Amino acid sequence: MMFDLTGKRALVTGASGAIGAAIAQTLAERGAQVALSGTRREALEAVAARIGAAAHVCPTNLADPQAVEALVPAAQAAMGGLDILVNNAGLTRDNLALRLKDEDWQTVLDVNLTAAFRLSRAALKGMMKARFGRIISITSIVGVTGNPGQANYAASKAGMIGLTKSLAAEVASRGVTVNCIAPGFIESPMTAALPEAQQDKLTQGIPMGRMGTPDDIAAAALYLASPEAAYVTGQTLHVNGGMAMI
Amino acid sequence: MSDVAERVKKIVVEHLGVDEAKVTEQASFIDDLGADSLDTVELVMAFEEEFGCEIPDDAAEKILTVKDAISFINENAG
Ligand SMILES: NC(=O)c1ccc[n+]([C@@H]2O[C@H](COP(=O)([O-])OP(=O)(O)OC[C@H]3O[C@@H](n4cnc5c(N)ncnc54)[C@H](OP(=O)(O)O)[C@@H]3O)[C@@H](O)[C@H]2O)c1
Repeated sequence: MMFDLTGKRALVTGASGAIGAAIAQTLAERGAQVALSGTRREALEAVAARIGAAAHVCPTNLADPQAVEALVPAAQAAMGGLDILVNNAGLTRDNLALRLKDEDWQTVLDVNLTAAFRLSRAALKGMMKARFGRIISITSIVGVTGNPGQANYAASKAGMIGLTKSLAAEVASRGVTVNCIAPGFIESPMTAALPEAQQDKLTQGIPMGRMGTPDDIAAAALYLASPEAAYVTGQTLHVNGGMAMI
Repeated sequence: MSDVAERVKKIVVEHLGVDEAKVTEQASFIDDLGADSLDTVELVMAFEEEFGCEIPDDAAEKILTVKDAISFINENAG
């Protein structure tokens, strides 16, 4: 079977959210154990219940640096190691730059970018030793194109791409790959919150004529996590229905 | 030759895949043994594991030769 993850151990942050839950479920369906992280324990437990015995719940507030440092060791203890890290947790605090508060800038950078770096640093040691590892970070189309009202979010997502390329160059010789997935508009609470008129307008800008689903992102994550993607590193895989062709 | 020196040299030979004869105490990991910067990080990780000690980043940066590693471990581990 291609894309077989039997025996692999994955940590997915933001697993209580739409995309993270789909990624965790897909990796588990292919045989991986999955550690689920997010701030809402009950939501994580609901996802774990759907997945079954392969799931472990590791609640963490990624805005808290000490909690971030504790997450990879907790996941390794629960699963006996860590082969795949999916940096998927993310949040928005949108405002025009002229009105953007320092605090909203900082929170978005801390959770979306700094936590991804710290988790990657912690995960890399064991991956390098094992001569196998996969780090996959969920960035966004707006990290490449920019977006009015999202200076903080777009900066954090662009930062992830630079982080990914640098890490990829550092550890390629050790069998560890580091990549990004850049979703376009995906059906989720994040996009459902937009007014309907705006959703229609956005859909018109997508050649595929529809928003993406969390499963569209999960399939990309499965590919990058798989042994078959061993020669793909430092890349950003755009999954956006043709909305931007980069 | 001390036991620590033997064990350090064994790790270096195994990790860098170099001829044992080249691993003298004066040998520099990077200049003489062909290590890159990532190899030196991995060597430090391997020393930490073998000797059950923690080598802080500022000390690790000063471990450039086989002798540096042996001295650090003799002074700080065991
Ligand atoms: N939906 C889209 O159209 C779209 C497009 C491009 C990129 N993305 C990216 O895809 C990723 C997943 O988004 P989604 O659509 O699935 O959004 P979502 O449903 O809102 O999920 C966000 C996830 O991030 C977690 N999270 C937020 N703040 C956190 C914190 N301080 N500590 C720990 N976890 C935290 C949430 O956990 P709790 O709820 O448990 O706190 C939740 O699991 C994000 O990185 C997002 O930027 C989404």
